[in-house]
This record gives sequence, C-alpha cells and structure tokens, in this order.
Amino acid sequence: MKQLKSIGLWVSLLAVVALGIGPIANRSASLRETTYIIMQVIVLAASLNILLGFTGYVSFGHIVFFGLGGYVGLYLINAQNWPLWSAALAGGLTSGLLAFLLGKAILRLRGAYFALATIGINEAVRAFTNNFDPFGGPIGMTLNFRVYNSYGGAANALWLVYYAVFAIALLAVVLNFMVKNSKFGLGLMAIREDEGAAEVMGVITPNAKTWAFVLSAILPGIVGTLFFFKNGHIEPGDAFRLDYSIEMLVIVMLGGQGSVLGPILGAAGYEGLRNFLLTSPLFKNIQLSVAGALLLVIVLFIPAGAVGWLRRRVPILRKVLA
Amino acid sequence: MGNLFIASLIDGLLIGFVYGIAAMGLSLIWGVMNVINLAHAPIMALAMFGVYLLFVSLNLNPYIALILIALIGLIGGVIIYYIAIHRVLSAPPLSTLLATYAVNMIMIGLGTAAFSTTPRNVNFTLGSIGSGDLTVQGTRLVAAIVATVVTGALYFFLYRTRPGKNIRAVANNRAAAELMGIPSSRVLALSFGLGTLLAAVAGGLIATFFPFTILAGNAYQLKSFVIVVLGGLGNPIGSLLGGLILGVMEGVIPIFMPNSWVPVLEFILFVIILLVRPTGLFGAKK
Repeated sequence: MKQLKSIGLWVSLLAVVALGIGPIANRSASLRETTYIIMQVIVLAASLNILLGFTGYVSFGHIVFFGLGGYVGLYLINAQNWPLWSAALAGGLTSGLLAFLLGKAILRLRGAYFALATIGINEAVRAFTNNFDPFGGPIGMTLNFRVYNSYGGAANALWLVYYAVFAIALLAVVLNFMVKNSKFGLGLMAIREDEGAAEVMGVITPNAKTWAFVLSAILPGIVGTLFFFKNGHIEPGDAFRLDYSIEMLVIVMLGGQGSVLGPILGAAGYEGLRNFLLTSPLFKNIQLSVAGALLLVIVLFIPAGAVGWLRRRVPILRKVLA
Repeated sequence: MGNLFIASLIDGLLIGFVYGIAAMGLSLIWGVMNVINLAHAPIMALAMFGVYLLFVSLNLNPYIALILIALIGLIGGVIIYYIAIHRVLSAPPLSTLLATYAVNMIMIGLGTAAFSTTPRNVNFTLGSIGSGDLTVQGTRLVAAIVATVVTGALYFFLYRTRPGKNIRAVANNRAAAELMGIPSSRVLALSFGLGTLLAAVAGGLIATFFPFTILAGNAYQLKSFVIVVLGGLGNPIGSLLGGLILGVMEGVIPIFMPNSWVPVLEFILFVIILLVRPTGLFGAKK
C-alpha cells in the first residue's frame, strides 16, 4: 500500500478528526449537533466531488440520493422494524441502485443538460413521494419514539449516530483519495478534461461515468437514513431540498473541486461562516445575502477554490494537500 | 364535464402564456450566452413585490406599474450581467451557475429581510367574463394578452432592429460577430437585461392573480426549466408553446387525478424530453 504513505491522505484525515473530536472530548450535546452537520456536509460534498470534481459533471439534484436514502431507511425502521445499521445500509444501496439505473441514460447528457436533468429527477422524486402513501405522502413519516429504546434511549442514540457519521466522513475521505489515485479515477479525470479524447484513449466512458455516479450516491443515502433517524421525522420538503443540493456544490467549489481536502475545508468554512452570520447581530437578518456576496467574490476571483489557490500560491503545500 | 373541461383548458392556456414569457427570458439568456440563470426566481419574486408595493402605496394601476417594473428589470439585468456574469462567461459552466446562484442568494436574502416570508396579494380585479362554468377572470385574460404583445415585441426587436440583429449574431457566433464590429459584451449585457425584463413582466403579471411570497419565484423557475426544455433551449417561440403545453397540463390533469400528481407528470415529461429530444419538441434535430 504505497498510498498509505501519502502525506495528503493523512492531512485530510487529520483535518476530519480535528473537526470531529471536539464533541467526543467534552461531551457537549450542542457542539455535537453543529459538528454533526459539518460531518454530514463533508460526506455529501466529498461524494459529490467524485462526480463534480473528478468527472466534471455538475449534478444539481444530488440531494435526491440523500432524501431517498432517508426515506427508504426510515421506512424500513418504522414499518419493517429493521435495526438502524442495516436500514442505513439499505438506504445507501437503494440510492446506489437509483444512480445505476439512471446513470447510463442521463450521463449521456453533457454540461447544462445534465445539470437540468438532475434537477428534474430530484423534483420528480419529490413530487412522487408526495403522493406515495407507504412513505406517508405529504405528511411524511414520524419515527415511533420507542425505537430509540433499543439504542439505549434517545440521548444515547444521538451519540451513536454521531459516531457513525464521523466514521462515514472518514470513509468518504478515504474513498475520495482512493478514487483519485486509481486507474479508474485517472479515467474519470480524463473524461473531465476531454470526454472524446478519453474515449479514444480507451476509457469506456459510459461505464466509468455510471460507476462514478453510483459511488457518489451510496454514502449520501446512508447519511440520509442517519440524519432522518436522528431527526425522528421525514417529509418530502425536508428530504429533497434543492437549495441544500446547491449548497453542496458551493461547498465543493469553495474548498476546491477535484481535491481530497477541498470538500473538508469547504464544509468547515461554509458551516463556520453560516454559524457566525446567524449568531452575529449585525448580519443575522441578511446572512443569506452576505454568504451570496462571498460566494460571488470566490467564483469571480478564486475559481480554483481554497485548495487550488493554496497549491498555486505556496508550492511547498503541493505535496501536503491532496 | 364538457364545460368543466373547456373551462380548465382555457384557464390553463391563459396561464400558459405567462409561464411562456417567464421561460422565454431563461431561454433567451441561454441561447445567447449559454448561461442558466438561477437568479430567475428572485427576479420574478421581486417583480411581484414591485407591482404590489406600487399598487398598495401609490395606488398605481398594476399594468402601469408593470411597465415601470419591466424597465427596472432591464436595467437590473444589465447591472447583474456586468457584476456577476461577464467575468465568468468563458469559465466552465459551473462558474456561471454558481455566479447566478450567488446573485439569487443575495436577492433572496435582502428580500426576506425586507418583506419577510408572509404571503401577499395584489387586491385587484377586472371582473370576469362568461357565465356558469365557463367564466374567465379578467386579470388572466389581460395577462395572456400582455404576454402575447410582449412576445410580438420581442420578435420585432430581434428580427427588425439593429440591436436585436446584433443579439442574434452574437448568439450565432460570438467571435464572428466581434470580427464584424459588433460590441459583444454590450450586446450580451443587453440580452441578459432582456431576459430579466421578461422574468419581471411574468412575475408582475402573476402577482395580479395569484398570492405570492418572496420565495414564490422558485416554483415558477422550476416550471420555466421544464418549459424551456420542452420548447428547446435557446428557442424563444418554442418557450411560448412549451408554456402553453404546461399550462394546459396544469389545467386539465386535475380533472382526472389529484392535483398533487401534476408535478410528478411534469418532471417525468421533463426528464424524458431531455433524454429523447434534448433539443426540445420544436427544436431542430442536430
């Protein structure tokens, strides 16, 4: 395992651990909740990065995998009495399956057409769950409170879920790193640079793109189940939020697309900024505008994101930042 | 049943005209500069509020207010273009998407701070014509007429005037247009302004017959995506036809199944069209 010697991987993993260890160290429930969101965002952004950063396909409706995983998982826990862990796995696999089924068809579309199609799929699935009675239609599903008893009560369950999302965030980083340094990942990056040329060089692009899509869908499905299990309730409006989907794009872009550390920095930076704006008396009411203005400045002047910018400005860091 | 069907059909058609011009704005911007304008929603929402505020505070007739709002929309669009779009136009598609989304966030943030998210409506009516099941609201009829006039004006502008021809030249081939001495960045700014003008007109018209909040634009923006794809990206007249199709679907489908199934069918149709005919129902085959 030559890859294990890479400093870049360890820097990224260390960054996640540094972010996630806080609540475990001081057992603070409020810190745990904010950190939970950061970990979840790392998973979602890192997954999106496989498609967006490595393959160059802009998926606007990626949140559909998070929502679908949440729905499937909660349905299995609620109606079929499955334990959380297998339900979460089933949620992830269902999302992966959806990506697999959709992949060949919609990945033929390029650029903006693909982006629009992913929006359409998210909205179609949202509208469908709104009408799908086993999933509770527009009211959604509420978890029976007794479910938490098998995990040592609600308070303990929240900690368990936190450990799980922490572990999955680490897994997502390792997955990103492995994809980036594999022959498969090289194929994806060739597609990103020039799809026609990649095909000529022997990359079987439909297959490579589909597997990238599937890989980017599984972990969001798993954390979807975890999040809505923690939440205790799921409804179509919360599960398939298009604006949350776009936030993930923003985060990947902020941190630096196509890098392993990028989504982590993006997640920490964006969520940190949001918390600061929401609590600051000056910006509280216009936090969305301030975040938008900041995003605009970054898009206009630092298009490579934080990691890309650092790598260009400080050559020493090129070895360290994967 | 027969009357109900015809009434729903007419209602749907009339709304379809308004959907059509909203989508036309999106389509025009896409056709000229390959940008998907994610700031379409707040522009429509702010136009709704513009008409509302002029109506409530100055007691201005909504249709006169609409002219003013359209003008503001045009100028606002040009400003947005120079601030947010111009620099990233030749960057990868994600950059323009994020830039327009950033504009969306800024506008929605300011709008929410100013107007909160409580629903408003313009308390204005033009009565209705017809009798029994077959009545048509005056405001919807006027909206459809305004939409038709705006479409006609847009076509006159694009095909019969010098700046309009410049826009079509730039859409066709920017480099060649530049070589012919057309100031392309000014033309692009004008096109973006026209796109936002259309969004503003559509928003203002919707405000005369539907209640709205600052977030109301999102639903219409999604509809516009569906319509634009139906009609073919970059094809304004296709957008109008697409709008009519969507309007009729929204009018007629609820007769046969619960209203909540309408978006399911809309978005499934949307994805299928994208897959089967990405150039749209009325677009040329590539």
